[in-house]
Amino acid sequence: MKRTLLAAIQYLLLAAIAVSTITPFVWMFFTSLHPPQAQIPTMATLFCPDGWHFENYTYVLTFAELPVWRFAVNSFLVTAGVVLFQLTLCALAAYGFARLHFRGRDTLFFVFLLTMMIPAQVLIVPLFTLVQRMGLLDTYAGLIIPYPYLSTAFGTFLLRQYFIGIPRALDDAARLDGCGDWRILWYVILPSAKPALATLAAFAFIWTWCDFYWPLLATSTTTMRTLEVGLSVFSDAYGGTRWPLQMAAAVIVLVPVLAVFLAMQRFFIRGAVVSGLKG
Amino acid sequence: MDHQRTNWRGYVFIAPATIYLTVFAFVPMLLAAWMSLHRWHLLKAEHPFVGFANYVALAQDPFFRNTIANTVLYAAFAVPLGVITSLAVALLVTRQLRGVGIFRTLYYIPAVSSQVALSMVWIWILLPGEQGLVNFCLDRLNAWLGTGIPTDTNFLGRPGWAMAALVAMSLWVGLGPRMVIFLAGLHAIPEPLYEAAALDGCNARQRFWYITLPQLAPTTLFVIVTTTIASFQLFTPVYMMTKGGPRRTTDVVLYHIFNEAWQKFEVGMASAQSYVLFAIILLAATFQLWIMRRGLREETLQ
Repeated sequence: MKRTLLAAIQYLLLAAIAVSTITPFVWMFFTSLHPPQAQIPTMATLFCPDGWHFENYTYVLTFAELPVWRFAVNSFLVTAGVVLFQLTLCALAAYGFARLHFRGRDTLFFVFLLTMMIPAQVLIVPLFTLVQRMGLLDTYAGLIIPYPYLSTAFGTFLLRQYFIGIPRALDDAARLDGCGDWRILWYVILPSAKPALATLAAFAFIWTWCDFYWPLLATSTTTMRTLEVGLSVFSDAYGGTRWPLQMAAAVIVLVPVLAVFLAMQRFFIRGAVVSGLKG
Repeated sequence: MDHQRTNWRGYVFIAPATIYLTVFAFVPMLLAAWMSLHRWHLLKAEHPFVGFANYVALAQDPFFRNTIANTVLYAAFAVPLGVITSLAVALLVTRQLRGVGIFRTLYYIPAVSSQVALSMVWIWILLPGEQGLVNFCLDRLNAWLGTGIPTDTNFLGRPGWAMAALVAMSLWVGLGPRMVIFLAGLHAIPEPLYEAAALDGCNARQRFWYITLPQLAPTTLFVIVTTTIASFQLFTPVYMMTKGGPRRTTDVVLYHIFNEAWQKFEVGMASAQSYVLFAIILLAATFQLWIMRRGLREETLQ
């Protein structure tokens, strides 16, 4: 009896927190379906608008002055670029650190870990000047390559820990079959390390997709903006008016990240745990 | 085999990442230090060397001191409250209940969402009058209990409230990841400890104080340090919701640096400010580590 009561209280608490987490998202979605000129809905009017205006989404996506469609394409290209680029760098380095012996290896690995201490903020100003000198401002390369959050060190660490756990017997068998290091990495290590690769890819995806500071600085023409920056421009343009349109834009930004999160959530949990254990 | 010999291929494999980190981490870091010693305007060709003049000017600049005070104030609330709330929720979630996985997923959602979109929604939550969620709830509470709480508070426009709103948002956004780290820590506590304690007649509260909390110390330390670092890097909500106002009460260091560099184009000064921020983060993290180490040692000595 007492146990059931305790469990009931527990569920009630958990549900209350869940409601407070989800309410803003529910509000966002339903507001986006109100008539574009409507007042900000209160909780009382949220679920009964003057008709459901799904055309708000078409309006936002085809908005003449702010090419939201283009922002979305930019976000996809940049995010895919960062994920591929960082996975490649990290997988190569992790293989070197996990499987090969060379002078100074442990020192170098320590130096890699040290870069995780550098806050992105110290780097942004000089990175901007550096990227400017290279002529990469306002280009995809400028958005993809100098990724200022140093997931490279984190990713190398994450993959190395995983690679070490893969039995060396697999390498040796492949070596007997005449494989070199490149083919061992490609045919033995990477297929066995899919969960770690997925974790890193998931984190890189969210970080890049939701990044605001760097794309805000590194782009200046409207057509090079990413969704996250475009959204803030969109919000500024309406300065507290036309909330249904603003919220439609916000939903467009959120849907891809939430989809990735829900599809890959166990990798997120794993990643959070791994980053927690390193401390 | 050749495991102990130096394998030159090792250098080939780590070369891309090493070159990358050199060019995009170490060089910019040194460049920032170099720039901070100059009067460096982004749009002017000349940038004279001024030694430590930027740092001296910062020490005497009341606006910069204000941003540091604001940031420290924010961290002083966001860190302890964030740690306590997420630990409490982790303890709730970890009980053997059906369906807790769903809650875990739901709580995590704000952390992976766009900060710009979330800030836009938080502007709504905090609007004055019955349009804002908080004021709407207060209004219903008044109608229900007959209380007379004012419902026209413009939270983002009032000093004090604006900072409180930023702290509240950080608790809401950071709950999921912090909770997941605590859950991992809780699951790592060996079950026999609890069994032994139960045999010794410990009640639930004693088990919490004498087993759970000490065993969780490393996890807690990690959460405290990472939350502190994140608190000192608060930017997007300020940029979107308060613009540093009202009356500079939410003008935090990173937002200030942003304006210095990209509104005034004083990148030399901005670099100096970045280094001060870096130093503060480093000091805070080291201090927390030191305190915890001391605490742990005393515990083992007893």
